[in-house]
Amino acid sequence: MLLHRLTHMLSCQDASRLLSQMQDRPLFVREWVKLRLHLAVCNACSRFAEQLRFLRRAMKAYRG
Amino acid sequence: MPDAEFTNQLEQHRGYLMRVAHLQLRDPDVAEDAVQETLLAALAGSGFSGKSSLRTWLTGILKHKIVDAIRRKQRDAVPVATLLGTGGDANIDDLDGLFREDGAWDSAPAPWGNPEDALAQRQFFDVMDMCLDKLPAATARVFVMREVLELETDEICKELAITANNLWVILYRARVALRICLEQNWFAGQARG
Repeated sequence: MLLHRLTHMLSCQDASRLLSQMQDRPLFVREWVKLRLHLAVCNACSRFAEQLRFLRRAMKAYRG
Repeated sequence: MPDAEFTNQLEQHRGYLMRVAHLQLRDPDVAEDAVQETLLAALAGSGFSGKSSLRTWLTGILKHKIVDAIRRKQRDAVPVATLLGTGGDANIDDLDGLFREDGAWDSAPAPWGNPEDALAQRQFFDVMDMCLDKLPAATARVFVMREVLELETDEICKELAITANNLWVILYRARVALRICLEQNWFAGQARG
């Protein structure tokens, strides 16, 4: 049961939401594990993750 | 007596402070007041240690002025939930065409080359301004509260009387929309080069 819950794959849409939310709240361990598993096999979401991190750095730079 | 050079330095940041205040407050007079109070407080205070940049320090003062202004306006303000047109419960599923029905990307994020280079270019921040302006007003306001004023999520929820879940949805939409806008208006030309 636990194994099933941990390995149930996220969709890209779910992964993108978690990637945004992790900038605003700590993820639960099960969310984090699922997200890592997804990112390990998904180039598009890995790129999205990098770009969200860049967006945050850009807003810091915007502020000066 | 105010130091003329320091006054000059402060004035250079007035445009930036006005943009941030205007995004937050939407009322030019109220925004002008908040910026004026910020610059006066900066002149009067001796809080600037030089450890952070002048702009970061001014942003910190402006943050308090904006929160004060929002509190004063709260009674007659339109609730953010109404501005968002969601009736209070932001719906995440209306980012049309971004994902297919099975949740896979419909148009996946493109490579951005080396995005750090953009941060050294003034024009990049003009594009950022343009992209922020294209967001729905309430969405831009929430995003700037979080990313420029660096308010904690619980502070934003309290100020705007929205749930944490709504806030996450609004921030998600803002980030997704900004990502697309930056890709189309800046990075599309860069990665190919």
